[in-house]
Amino acid sequence: MRVALFVTCVNDTLYPRTGQAVVSLLERLGVRVDFPEAQTCCGQPQFNTGYRHRTEPLVHRYASAFAGYDYIVAPSGSCAAMVRDNYPRIGEKAAAEGRGHRLAQLAADVVPRTYELTEFLVDVLGVTDVGAYFPHTVTYHPTCHGLRVLGLGDRPLRLLERVRELELVPLPRAEECCGFGGTFAVKNPAVSAAMGEDKARHIRRTGARAVCTVDNSCLMHIGGTLSRQGDGARPVHLAEILASTEDRPYGGLR
Amino acid sequence: MSGTYLGMPAFPRAAEESTRQATMRRNLTHATRTIRDKRARAVRELADWAALREAGAAVKNRTLRHLDRYLEELEERVTAAGGTVHWAPDAEAAQRTVIDLVRATGETEVVKVKSMATQEIELNAALERAGIAAYETDLAELIVQLGHDLPSHILVPAIHRNREEVRDIFTREMGRWGRPAPEGLTADPAELAEAARLHLREKFLGARVAVSGANFMVAETGTLVVVESEGNGRMCLTLPETLISVVGIEKVVPTWQDLEVFLQLLPRSSTAERMNPYTSTWTGTTDGDGPRDFHLVLVDNGRTDTLADQVGRQALRCIRCSACLNVCPVYERAGGHAYGSAYPGPIGAILTPQLRGTGTELDASLPYASSLCGACYEVCPVAIDIPEVLVHLRERVVEGGPATVRGERVRVRPAAGHAAERVAVRAATWALDHPGALRAGQRIAARSRRLVPRRLPGPGAAWTRSRELPELPPQSFRDWWRQREPKEGAVDDDRP
Repeated sequence: MRVALFVTCVNDTLYPRTGQAVVSLLERLGVRVDFPEAQTCCGQPQFNTGYRHRTEPLVHRYASAFAGYDYIVAPSGSCAAMVRDNYPRIGEKAAAEGRGHRLAQLAADVVPRTYELTEFLVDVLGVTDVGAYFPHTVTYHPTCHGLRVLGLGDRPLRLLERVRELELVPLPRAEECCGFGGTFAVKNPAVSAAMGEDKARHIRRTGARAVCTVDNSCLMHIGGTLSRQGDGARPVHLAEILASTEDRPYGGLR
Repeated sequence: MSGTYLGMPAFPRAAEESTRQATMRRNLTHATRTIRDKRARAVRELADWAALREAGAAVKNRTLRHLDRYLEELEERVTAAGGTVHWAPDAEAAQRTVIDLVRATGETEVVKVKSMATQEIELNAALERAGIAAYETDLAELIVQLGHDLPSHILVPAIHRNREEVRDIFTREMGRWGRPAPEGLTADPAELAEAARLHLREKFLGARVAVSGANFMVAETGTLVVVESEGNGRMCLTLPETLISVVGIEKVVPTWQDLEVFLQLLPRSSTAERMNPYTSTWTGTTDGDGPRDFHLVLVDNGRTDTLADQVGRQALRCIRCSACLNVCPVYERAGGHAYGSAYPGPIGAILTPQLRGTGTELDASLPYASSLCGACYEVCPVAIDIPEVLVHLRERVVEGGPATVRGERVRVRPAAGHAAERVAVRAATWALDHPGALRAGQRIAARSRRLVPRRLPGPGAAWTRSRELPELPPQSFRDWWRQREPKEGAVDDDRP
C-alpha cells in the first residue's frame, strides 16, 4: 500500500506540526507515508473565488505529484472536498470549452484515491482507537466541507471518543459555519467576524481547553477570533490530538 | 409608500451596516432559528423526503427542458377557460400590462395577494406612479408597506420587525390608508392580528380588482395555484370582479400529478407545516363564481437567459420556500435588505445576478455573499446546488465569459474592481506551480516572522480587525520533511 501525504499549502506553510502529527500517527499505525515534494496547493482559494482557469495547472500538478499512490491522505476536509467535488467539474468544463478530456481524466484518476484523514483511518485502516492520549476537555466543530461535502459524519467523533483521558464536550450549534469561508473572510469581513464571534462564544461556553476540527484554515479564523477576545479554548487540529500519546504528549497545552 | 432596490450599495457594505443593528439581528436570529428547527422536525416526519426532493428536482428539470411547450399548452387552456394571457418579456412590459388592465376597469385601487413576481418587477411603485393604489393584504407585506419599508424575507417579509415595532407602525400608519388601528393597541399578537383583520376587511369588501401571483400553474388544465396561511389570498382571488395574476414563466408544472409533489415539499420547507391552511386553485373564469375577468401576465424578465446557462439554470427550479434563508448564517447576520433585491438570502445571491446580470457593483457582489458552507443546498427541497452556482457566477464576475443577455449569446466582460486581485491570483498560481518558489517564499516568511504586525494595513486589515494572525512557524513542513529524510523523500522540486 503506497500512501502519500497531501499536507496542503496552509498546513505546509503555517501549521507544519499538523503534517508532522499525521506522519507520526500513520507511522505509529504501521503505515509508511511519503511526501511527494512536487505537491503544493489544491487550488481551492482560486477556484472558490472564481478563477477556475487559474486552478487548472494545480489540478495537473496534483495529479502528477500523486501519480502511482494508492491513497492520498489530506488532513483537511475542505482540500479533500475541493479535489473530490470540484476537480471533476473543472474537467467537465474544460471539455465543454473544447479543450479535450485530459483534465477530466486526471480528475477521475485522483478523486477515488483522495481521502480526508479520518476517512482514511476509519474506512481504509478500519481503526477508531489509534492509541492516543490527550488529558484535556475538547469540543469538536464539524467544518462545513467535511460535514456537508465529504459527509464525514461521526468519524471524527468516533476517533475522539477513543482517545484516553480526553473529555469530549458537545458544542452547541456545532453544524453552523464558523464564518471563515476562504476569501469570504476578507471579502465580507463584517459578516465573517460576526459569525466567528458567535462560534467563539459557543466554544467558550463549553469550557473546553481545546477546540478541534479537521481543518486548520477554519481553526485559523476561530483561533484568531478567540485569542483576539482574550481567554478561550486553544485551537488544535484533530491530527495533533490523535498523534498525542502518553510517551509523547501534545505540547501545546499546559 | 413603496420602496425600490435601485442604487443600493454593494453587499459587503450593506451587510456591515446590518451587523451593527442589534435589534434587527436579534429579531432575525430568533425568527430564523425557530423556523429552522420546526422545518427540520416537519421534514423528519416523512420517510421518503429524499425521494420527494429528487422527484421535485426531476419534475422541474423536465418542465424547464420543454418550457416552451408547456407554456403554450398553458396559454391554450387558460384561454379556453375564459382567461386572457399576456406575455411580458421584462419588468417594464409587465408593469405596463398591469397598469393598462387596471385602467381599463376604471378603478384606482387594487388589493394584492403576496407575490414575489410583483415584488421583483416593483409593481407597487409603478402602479403608484400611474395613480393606482395597491394594498398588500398579507399581514407581513402589510407591515412592510405601512412601514414604508422593503421586504427582507421571501416568506416572512417583515421578519426584521418585532411586535413592538409592528404596533408602532399600525398605530402611526393605518389611519392614513383606511381604517385606523384601535385606540390603545398593544403589542399582543392577537390584538395586532385583529387590528390587521379589521383594516383589511374594508379593503377586501371594497376592492373590484385584485393582483396576485401564483405558486404553480398546471399546464394540462390551465389552472393557477396559490398556497397561503392567512386566507387573505382566498379573499382577493374570489371577491373582486377582475383578477390579474403576474407569474414567472418557470412556475408552470405539466400535470396535477406533478403538483402533488410540490404541495408536499413546499409547506414543510417554508412554514414547517404538513399542509398550508389555504390552497386556492382557479381555472379561467366561471359564471356567477369569482372574478368575471381573469388575466394572466407571464413574466420572463431574465428567465429565458438564465435557462440558457447550463449551471445557472437550476436556480429556476426554486419554489420560493425560503428554507435556504432560514439556515443561512450570512443571511441571519446581514439581513434581507443587504441583498438589494426581492430575492434575499442564498437563492437571491444566485437568482438576482442571473435575472439582472452582474453589471452593477451590488449585483456583482452577490455571488460572494456566502461562505459556501452548503447549508442551503442541504435543505433545498428541489436540490439546487447553490454553492455550485455561486462559484460559477463568481467566475463570470472575475473572468467574464459567455452569457445570454436578452436572447443574445454574448461575452460578458469581467466586473470592475478585480484587477489587483487578478494579478495576485496569477502570481500565487505561478508560485504554487513552482514548489521551489513556494519554498523560497516560506523561508523568507519564516525569517521575517517576528516582523509581522498584529494589525495589518490595507486589505490585510479586513482580517486583523477582528482576528489575530496565525503565528508563522520557524520552518515549513516541506523543510522539516527534507531534514527528516534527507535522501529517501527527496525528489526534484520542479518536477512537472
